[in-house]
Amino acid sequence: MMSQARLYSIITDSNLSAKQKSHYLALEAEASLPYLAIDEKAQQAIDAGILCDMFEGHAPFKPRYVLPDYAKFLSQGSQYLELDAATNFDEALNLLTILYHHVPSVTSIPVYLGQLDTVLMPYIGDLNEQQIYQKIKLFWIMLDRTLPDAFMHVNIGPTDNIICRTILRVDAELKQIAPNLTFMYDVQVTPDDLLRQATDNICVCSKPHIANYPIHAETFDHTGFGIVSCYNSLPLAGGANTLVRMNLKEIAKKAQSKADFIETVLPEYCAIMFDLIDARSCFLHEESNFFKGFLTTEGLIDESRFAPMFGIYGMAEAVNVLMEKENINAQYGHDDISNQLGHAISKKLAEIVAATDVKYGYKGKALLHAQGGISLDKDVTPGVRIPYGTEPDPVTYVQANAPHHQYYSSGISDILTIDETVKTNPLAMFNLAKGTLQLGYREFTANVASNDLVRVTGYMVKLSDIATFDAQGSRTNTTFLGAEAAKNTGILDRKPRVAALETTPSYAN
Amino acid sequence: MPINFDKKGIVSKILTFSCVDGPGNRLVIFLQGCNYDCITCHNPHTINHCDDCGDCVVSCPTEALSLKINKVTWDESRCTGCDKCIEVCPNKSNPKTTIYSVRQLIELITKHHHFLNGITVSGGEATLQLGFVLELFKAVKASKELAQLSCFIDSNGSLSETGWYKLLPYIDGAMIDLKAWQDATHLWLTARGNHRVIQSINLLALSDKLHEVRLLYIPDKTDLLSEIDAVSKYLSMLPQQVNIRLNAFQHHGVIGDALMWDKCSEEQMQQFSSELTKRLGREVLVPSIYT
Repeated sequence: MMSQARLYSIITDSNLSAKQKSHYLALEAEASLPYLAIDEKAQQAIDAGILCDMFEGHAPFKPRYVLPDYAKFLSQGSQYLELDAATNFDEALNLLTILYHHVPSVTSIPVYLGQLDTVLMPYIGDLNEQQIYQKIKLFWIMLDRTLPDAFMHVNIGPTDNIICRTILRVDAELKQIAPNLTFMYDVQVTPDDLLRQATDNICVCSKPHIANYPIHAETFDHTGFGIVSCYNSLPLAGGANTLVRMNLKEIAKKAQSKADFIETVLPEYCAIMFDLIDARSCFLHEESNFFKGFLTTEGLIDESRFAPMFGIYGMAEAVNVLMEKENINAQYGHDDISNQLGHAISKKLAEIVAATDVKYGYKGKALLHAQGGISLDKDVTPGVRIPYGTEPDPVTYVQANAPHHQYYSSGISDILTIDETVKTNPLAMFNLAKGTLQLGYREFTANVASNDLVRVTGYMVKLSDIATFDAQGSRTNTTFLGAEAAKNTGILDRKPRVAALETTPSYAN
Repeated sequence: MPINFDKKGIVSKILTFSCVDGPGNRLVIFLQGCNYDCITCHNPHTINHCDDCGDCVVSCPTEALSLKINKVTWDESRCTGCDKCIEVCPNKSNPKTTIYSVRQLIELITKHHHFLNGITVSGGEATLQLGFVLELFKAVKASKELAQLSCFIDSNGSLSETGWYKLLPYIDGAMIDLKAWQDATHLWLTARGNHRVIQSINLLALSDKLHEVRLLYIPDKTDLLSEIDAVSKYLSMLPQQVNIRLNAFQHHGVIGDALMWDKCSEEQMQQFSSELTKRLGREVLVPSIYT
């Protein structure tokens, strides 16, 4: 609840910048409005920790994730922003820099910066390699210092081109937390040595994340898609209007048996969640006037390309709870019978999502998502991951979880932790990535144990920043999430370090 | 090329993901049994074959071990991997070995092949089960699905030239330990001389199959630093693409007197590696982790 004391403590917090304070004050103001009118059952499920609205706010006035068509923007300029179309590389970078400040998201900083190689290639003209390198490097530094949020995401690949190569080179050199980076891989298109450059980078700085391009491309239409924030795959020129998630562990506890869970309890809570999703997206689409802004009127986004994300987490615990109810001694991630139950639950969820109309969706539907967790989660594992500290070796991990990947059309964040010995043998990372993608993984994300720069669900934090955050605060907006997670979940005790949480952008003191 | 898929090997462990046993990600098969008895052995339980004395059976807290008709039997499903049995074994052995046929290993490798650059057989001393290794590598090379996997062997270099000639057509690379320069020092450390080792290295280098030579550096104990001029002169005659890898003596897994010896620190390793690189005129691989 908003109180003057709480506002005062935000205003006087010695660890926050003025801009960060403004952001938190705005969140408090929104939270002072009454919550949207929602169904009583939905409210009960939220109160019981079964459903979660991701702290998106009481009255959503901007979509969670927005993916503007940057290529269109560069080719047409903007009436609203009084900008002409770009005619060369410098103008293109300048236009992008300007537009990024007008693209909202749940974090108030853009989560999608574009498929930058495709977007920029038409403007390279006769620039040589060194000139491109110099310009990209300055652009990269600008992004990290002016939009310091690790949910901000650049996409490159799957084709081999000078921008793609240069971005990989610059990213490995600078080792910044922002922007986050996804490399698209297509076995038919991407040469091995380009994939090798990407996997070498992972050994150096845990970036990029690698997306299995053909699987994503098949999910969306020819207008395309983008990977944003913590590995959410969404329609280009659209995005996610909201993300609501369900805690499968809590739902499993309410079921009598495996069959009761799949046939009765799970569908019941799905129906409640769809009500909540509709309530939230209706407010955004019908009341907030967001879609009257210039992004829509100038055709950079299209209201009909926004979909709700239907998030789930706690698959591991749900399966273990159900196995116990069936008196079967088997563990998620380690025993076939448990893994198969997990796959069956994912299949059921996908069927429900595909069969349920939503008021504002992509082709009328929501998109299923294995959600990466938030910093407040305790004793429940993100998405469909195998719980911390019990992970088998990476190959066994991949084989256990691969069948899930076909179902999560808007993304699934399985993070593999690799021992630091891989640094002296980056070819092993290449082998692992290739095998993982070949087995049908929608995305490949790896953390190398000793890298200072590590993933926390999907965004990057520097471990050295976490160590100093309590004392000094941080220039970057995402470090406090890592710091909070380190305290709440003991993520730094994990065998190799991987944290697993997504944003809870509210004031934490 | 006839392949005996029923040929059996005694395996102490299999890793399906390793990035420290040759190029890329490798499936590593550790074979039980070694003909060296190194004071500094990091896996002494792989040296001897189990003689069924039964001493480990009573030590097992989960009754995963039992004596059946004078044979120690291991029930993997009950085993928690506490390694109490290895601790009490008076024979530097291990009751938890598994007998695999070539056919079974090919099945396992096939399951993992998308993730692999190749396979490595290690030990113990892998070449003591030469017949098994030969059939396994032949089977890999003959399989359409697996033929692109490289076959490596990690060896102490004690195999005879005749043995190497049998292996050469089927291996892509070998990694050989050179534990000491003077024969007497080698004998003291390993209970065997190093004549065969040098011979193996030479033969593999000539055949273009030498992937890596490893030097275990134990400060004040081995002669690799005191003999550095001779060592460097020898190593510099090897082809340039051969990795020279330096391992730092650590205490992990070590039993007996060598536990009283000092570990090799990062500084000591740096000193040794810089002396070596100065003389070799090229880079050597050094450990990334010190405990």
